[in-house]
Amino acid sequence: MNFTEVIQQLVNGISLGSLYGLVAIGYTMIYGVLRLINFAHGDVMMVGTYIALFAVTTFLLPWWAAFILAMVLTAFLGIAIDTIAYKPLRKASRISSLITAIGVSFLLENLFLVLFGGVPKAFPIPKIFAGNFNVGGVILPVVNIFAPILALVFLFILLQLLHHTKYGMAMRSLSLDIETTRLMGVNVDAVISLVFAIGSALAAAGGIMWALKYPSLNPLMGILPGLKAFAAAVLGGIGDVAGAAIGGFIIGISEILVVALFPELAGYKDALAFLILILVLLFKPTGIMGKNLGGRF
Amino acid sequence: MLKVNNLNVYYGVIHALKGISFNVPEGKIITLIGSNGAGKSSTLKAIAGLVHTKGSIKFLGSEIVGTKTYTIVRKGIAKVPEGRKIFSNLTILENLRMGGFNREYNTLERGYDEVFDLFPILKERAKQLAGTLSGGEQQMLALGRALMSKPTLLMLDEPSLGLAPKIVSEVFGIIKRLNSNGMTILLVEQNAAQALKISDYGYVLENGKIILEDKSSNLITNEQVRKSYLGEI
Repeated sequence: MNFTEVIQQLVNGISLGSLYGLVAIGYTMIYGVLRLINFAHGDVMMVGTYIALFAVTTFLLPWWAAFILAMVLTAFLGIAIDTIAYKPLRKASRISSLITAIGVSFLLENLFLVLFGGVPKAFPIPKIFAGNFNVGGVILPVVNIFAPILALVFLFILLQLLHHTKYGMAMRSLSLDIETTRLMGVNVDAVISLVFAIGSALAAAGGIMWALKYPSLNPLMGILPGLKAFAAAVLGGIGDVAGAAIGGFIIGISEILVVALFPELAGYKDALAFLILILVLLFKPTGIMGKNLGGRF
Repeated sequence: MLKVNNLNVYYGVIHALKGISFNVPEGKIITLIGSNGAGKSSTLKAIAGLVHTKGSIKFLGSEIVGTKTYTIVRKGIAKVPEGRKIFSNLTILENLRMGGFNREYNTLERGYDEVFDLFPILKERAKQLAGTLSGGEQQMLALGRALMSKPTLLMLDEPSLGLAPKIVSEVFGIIKRLNSNGMTILLVEQNAAQALKISDYGYVLENGKIILEDKSSNLITNEQVRKSYLGEI
């Protein structure tokens, strides 16, 4: 591999990693406040991309409006899933919510299979993302530059929210102690809804970036990126937002580099994230940035 | 100020509070004493709206049973939880900010100043993570955090638990001082001697029922109380 290729692959890995990171943030935030692995999160991402698809193709919205609309509607989907499926189980054992999350996942996948069929749909790529940058002979697709920048901007905004607003503070105190957070006069249910809204909106953003990179949508497209993002969240230290982004970048970059360096292993690339997941759980279950949250998984 | 009537709390099949009734008049320190598991903490949780409750709790004339905790806090009831429960992953200042969650922004600074006047040590460490504080300092933070919501009724659950005797008397001194500035206080304590010393009126709980009530000065000399709760034979 020459220098040009190395840079290209690295940027490719960073952009893939930023997508995993965006989805992983939702996993980690929801786990942080509810100790729930929301296995429907990858499917929420899928719904977000479908919304963007229909906004562009059926309703002929400009891509940026479709992007924002998809984030907003997916945020409401997240709130609805929590309110309908998880909220009644808040006081039940944690395994009940986990099984319910898997149920919601199957529901979304099969609902979309019934509604829109299993045939992949082409995602229209707006002109500004179709091109390449040429940086001193290195050809970089626009989306590979745009995705990490967008992810970092969202991460920055989110960290500001978490550390400098009272609702962000409530999310952090909630992750430690729900009952005492209630005693502070916080409407805990509203804060949990906000967490689902943010996580789901970011999943939609990640999904749309994913579709710009791999412009073929199908109702099962969320499964694999969702599970890899989960691995990224665990690697970063579940419950830690910055950790989720870091975990996403590590998994994205290593996935691309393994394929680039060992082309004969390309068929195993999807296994890599799970190999990392297993190793993290064996040797450092709290992850890179992890604190012991007192979770019992 | 607070009128509790026929209060019942169930945890599954366990009947933790079996129809207790008591009053907390404005400006007084009222204490609930009793052994472990007598229902003292459940009483405070019921008032704060943290557990499913049957019966009546009237605060300033309005019924609060069935109301959400955040509404109860906004009405002016604050609770310092058992074991302090400070947010160890937040700084001291952020803990106070959480305490004043529903305060108007322009009164926050005044709130911080009031707490720092009471507990100067917290001001020195305002930017530190609360988990780095000692047990006594954490209790002060928990108290300061509760005061940030500008309560008219302050409930304290075992404020002396796990603290050195010197710190205990300091904490009780502060409770007394808050009360002389007009704060109504409902105090739950296993340390019955201390609690009866600073309070006006006391209720003795046993197995979810009130078995005795009297002026605190009378309870201290009561034969039964001395035997069961003050460790005198």
